[in-house]
Amino acid sequence: MKVFKRAFTYIFLSVAAFFSIFPFFWMVVSSTNKSVDVTKGRLLPGSHLFENMKNLFETVNMGQALLNSAMIAIATTVLALIIASLAGYGFEIYRSRKKDILFNILLLSMMIPFAALMVPLYRMFGGISQTLPIIGIDTLAAALLPTITTAFLIFFFRQNTKMFAKELIEAGRIDGLSELGIFFKIFMPSMKTAYAAAAIITFMNSWNNYLWPLVVLQSPEKQTIPLLISNLGSSYSPDYGVSFLAIVIATIPTALVFFLMQRHFVAGMMGSVK
Amino acid sequence: MNHKRKSQTIGWVFVLISTVFITIFYFYPMFQALLLSFKSGMGNNLENVGFSNYKRLFGDPTFIAALKNTFIYLIFQVPIMIILALVFSVLLNDPKLRFKGFFRIAIFLPAVTSLVAYSVIFKNIFAQNGIINKFLIDISLISEPIQWLTNPILAKIVIIMAITWRWTGYNMIFYLSGLQNIDASIYEAARMDGANAFQIFTKITIPMLKPIILFTSITSTIGTLQIFDETMNITNGGPGNGTVSISQYIYNLSFKYTPDFGYAAAVSFVIVILIVLFSLIQFRVAGDRK
Repeated sequence: MKVFKRAFTYIFLSVAAFFSIFPFFWMVVSSTNKSVDVTKGRLLPGSHLFENMKNLFETVNMGQALLNSAMIAIATTVLALIIASLAGYGFEIYRSRKKDILFNILLLSMMIPFAALMVPLYRMFGGISQTLPIIGIDTLAAALLPTITTAFLIFFFRQNTKMFAKELIEAGRIDGLSELGIFFKIFMPSMKTAYAAAAIITFMNSWNNYLWPLVVLQSPEKQTIPLLISNLGSSYSPDYGVSFLAIVIATIPTALVFFLMQRHFVAGMMGSVK
Repeated sequence: MNHKRKSQTIGWVFVLISTVFITIFYFYPMFQALLLSFKSGMGNNLENVGFSNYKRLFGDPTFIAALKNTFIYLIFQVPIMIILALVFSVLLNDPKLRFKGFFRIAIFLPAVTSLVAYSVIFKNIFAQNGIINKFLIDISLISEPIQWLTNPILAKIVIIMAITWRWTGYNMIFYLSGLQNIDASIYEAARMDGANAFQIFTKITIPMLKPIILFTSITSTIGTLQIFDETMNITNGGPGNGTVSISQYIYNLSFKYTPDFGYAAAVSFVIVILIVLFSLIQFRVAGDRK
């Protein structure tokens, strides 16, 4: 009975692992094959990787899309971390009734679906285009501005601030540091785990964001990786090898970021669920 | 007193930028959407029409299809995924299990892909000449390829499978870390009292994980109600409107068909109401704790 149960567990987990991994395996193998071999269902690595790479970077302009995505994701992550951690710290350290009310109001924004904001934001950036074209429609700035501040990240930093040793603030004040000085010189360096987790979440969300860039970025040279992949997948005569290579390349940064910092991710997320 | 007041002022400075950003990019557009939902017209030539956009919803077959599809995704996908994630996490929490690290990473792996990327993969896997049909024909289970993406029921099943594939491992991670916080002696005591595995699961594991189950089911519900990337890239809403989601319909109304921003805004308020409603229900079902 016990042996039977054990065997069943391993079979069940192996089947699940197979289904989880198979699409990855297939995508990696396909990125090395000719389009026609992909449609034949070839499951062995081919010799077409460099050809696909050449097509992807020369005819589809993957390089530009990578650059756009990287710029948006890095700028979003840096700004989001500073702005949200300032707020999380502010709400927790300088706690007051009025701030608690404001905090709860900000949390309500988590319930607002992006689809409801898309049209008004599009019209808003359309209006900005008239006076301030550098942040108007079809600019990378417009693609990142609405995603910089999320209530989730503020909540996340507030929860993590609860674990910060408050005595350090008094010590900083006695040493004559300003309140901002305490934040930047004492709080930030001592909360590395929280910042790492927040960086992973923000970077992944920004790198993978699709709907808003689809709405606001129009010219081909502005497109980000998800837009490029979507276009490759829906063209009339898709080159599957090239498509899959783009998907593999798009997945590498988020997979790397995640696996390098996975302990921080779980620790940070658990800190905010408790 | 003076010092206290001064530090309170500084506190407001700390929270200022976030408050401004969230007001500009969430609350103000939300308010604009509400105003828009009472207007109608092409593009930017809008006039007030009262509640007529909301009345139009009831007779709009595409809207009803989108609502129905989104509900089907929700009521099948979220429970399947939560139960699967719970089962995986309990199995993988067994200290005697071997190859634990491998199984964990394997099941989590899908969560690192982008929604668009995995959608394109699924579209190809289930295409008429895709690998699933090839395999089924090779093992002689079927003689004709199955029309996965052009049959409205099968296409919905493919989308449900896709979301489950992408998010089960992600939710499992939360349960795994929750399980590690449960004291082993509680299980020990239950076993001494003669509880079987099923009783331990329903009487100890589930109640102890309740806050995390609530968290994952609310985030999954909100996510599924907003589903867009998958339906757009796997089936493009088709066949007919067999898989179109509410978010995709809003997108189509605003940017694909002749833009009717007012009506699109009215449709978007349906998702707002649904999200608030479902979150309240889940808080209520989860009981007093939080």
